[in-house]
Amino acid sequence: MANVSIIPSGDFKTSYGTDTTIFPTTTSRNFAILGVVLLLACPAFMDRYWLSLLIQIGYLGIAALGLNILVGFTGQISIGHSAFFGFGAFASAWLNNRWGVPVALAIPLAGVLTTGVGLIFGVPAARLKGLYLAIATLAAQYILQDFFGRADWFTGGSAGTIAEPLTVFGFAFDTDERYFYVVLVAMVVMYILGTNLMRTRDGRALVAVRDHYLSAEIMGINLTKYRTMSFGISAFYAGIGGALYAHYLQFVSVENFTILFSIQFLGMIIIGGLGSIMGTLMGTAFMVFLPELMQALTKMVSGTAIDTALNLRENIAFLREMSVGIVIILFLVFEPDGLAHRWKQIKAYWKLYPFSH
Amino acid sequence: MTLFFQLLVNGLIVGALYGVVAMSFVLIYKASRIVNFAQGEFLLIGAWTCWWLLTSWQLPFWLGFPITLVFMLIFGVVLQVVVLRPMIGEPIISVIMVTIGLSIVFQAAMKWMFGVFAKPFPPIFAHATMDVFGLQVQTVYVVSLGISILIMAGFGWFFKYSRLGLAMRATAFDQQVAQSLGISVRQMFAMSWAISAMVSAVAGVTVGVVNGVSSALSFFGIKVFPAVILGGLDSVIGAVVGGLIVGVLENVAHYLDSQWLNWGNMYEIAPFYVLIAILMVKPYGLFGTKDIERV
Repeated sequence: MANVSIIPSGDFKTSYGTDTTIFPTTTSRNFAILGVVLLLACPAFMDRYWLSLLIQIGYLGIAALGLNILVGFTGQISIGHSAFFGFGAFASAWLNNRWGVPVALAIPLAGVLTTGVGLIFGVPAARLKGLYLAIATLAAQYILQDFFGRADWFTGGSAGTIAEPLTVFGFAFDTDERYFYVVLVAMVVMYILGTNLMRTRDGRALVAVRDHYLSAEIMGINLTKYRTMSFGISAFYAGIGGALYAHYLQFVSVENFTILFSIQFLGMIIIGGLGSIMGTLMGTAFMVFLPELMQALTKMVSGTAIDTALNLRENIAFLREMSVGIVIILFLVFEPDGLAHRWKQIKAYWKLYPFSH
Repeated sequence: MTLFFQLLVNGLIVGALYGVVAMSFVLIYKASRIVNFAQGEFLLIGAWTCWWLLTSWQLPFWLGFPITLVFMLIFGVVLQVVVLRPMIGEPIISVIMVTIGLSIVFQAAMKWMFGVFAKPFPPIFAHATMDVFGLQVQTVYVVSLGISILIMAGFGWFFKYSRLGLAMRATAFDQQVAQSLGISVRQMFAMSWAISAMVSAVAGVTVGVVNGVSSALSFFGIKVFPAVILGGLDSVIGAVVGGLIVGVLENVAHYLDSQWLNWGNMYEIAPFYVLIAILMVKPYGLFGTKDIERV
């Protein structure tokens, strides 16, 4: 039953292969391919502003997937993801500026360096769980942030650092239209890697650690190894995402990688759905469009009594900040499984359409 | 050397405040097993409320302060009932994220309502500084030390002798047993949030009087983590000891830094290095109960 176009009713899976397949039907695979092709055509008809939003979704989505592997699949908590994201950004720029490593190579190398840092902070993480880990990563966030401000040789200190645009064989990816393809390719590759990771023995071990770590340990899963590994993988994704961010903006500033940014990453995966790969992307898109939505809402009520009473125009920054917190709380209270769950329900509804019960 | 002693005294005073905030943090954790990342925002809200009452309404301090406390009491109960009660039984990440979300919302709301710049309290004491054993110490600090000790003693009495305190301890020990003895666990949860918010507000007002009120106050809520981890997450005494140690430690680190090292920013960051070190060596802190797990 390898090439069916619709799912038969009932569960007829007879092998692990069919159970863990990425696309259960040819239709779903074709739709995924169609989606990527549509995205490939985006620069042709989209204006620069929308394109820049899509690029943001791309590199943030990569980093958020790393966090989802750590939080959603392994059940560890990290409140320091933006610090790793920032480390990747600085590392890539530093490798390129200081050592002359070509950018195309500096981006994956930055991922590897960030993995190293992630593993350093993963050592206490391997012994800790739950809220202790949350607090440890909180400390990591502040320590790394302090390091960014301190290490002039690495980050350029308070002045920030310049990152050269990505150049391959003399072709510079320095405009939004061109860079879009870089991010798209990176994102597709990283998401396929992530999806496949979860289908392997190691991926299943991570899920086992999340579901019941005592049982997992009794079954012979090395907890320390997998917790540390998960931290490393998450840092790798964050590093890649950060490096892509650096070469997109071509300037990295120390102040960007605050705890609020880390919380936004957590917000993305909670909104998207913990332990869901497609959900990560949905959550990232939601988080990127949220400020735009706030802007639009503000524009809609501008001039009315609400606008003058709250002085919205000057306080739009606070409104955006608040909306992040409010959205996280609302999702946790009303839809703890995130957008991925909602999407599944919508699909199920249409599948059985007139007779949904 | 005078500088060193000055910093030591400052450290003890600030540490006592950390201890108070850490205590109110531990109170929530003990009662309802919720790690409150919005503890710093309680300080912020309390301080702004008091500031607003004192400046906009021109209330005298002896009237404005109790009103602030009553407001925080109600605020704590409402917060628990509306936001935290639906989270009972949810996984730990959800609960942590809800409190983090709350902290973002409150911080942004406070900035929105009162602006981003620090605003000074109207003067409360006739003499801004006073002489303690030859050291110049701000009067507010001395008073705050007194208040801190008073609160700590109050907590000690409350949990040892008062009916409500005993009920809260019983709830923390075992919710089912407490319930079967006729204690309303719901009320205890709400009470723990209310008391915690109130006590934090006292600390918030104290710090606000010294440094002016600004969103920097909420950083106290972050500094609390090294203190509670050092003392043990579920130990009230540990919170006090941890707070004092962290307060002294950051001032000593600042002293070492300014005298010899010149690394800068050690005051802010030293507690976090200590935090990581403690988590590596003794994750349950000095006084915390060890988690022993059985299959």
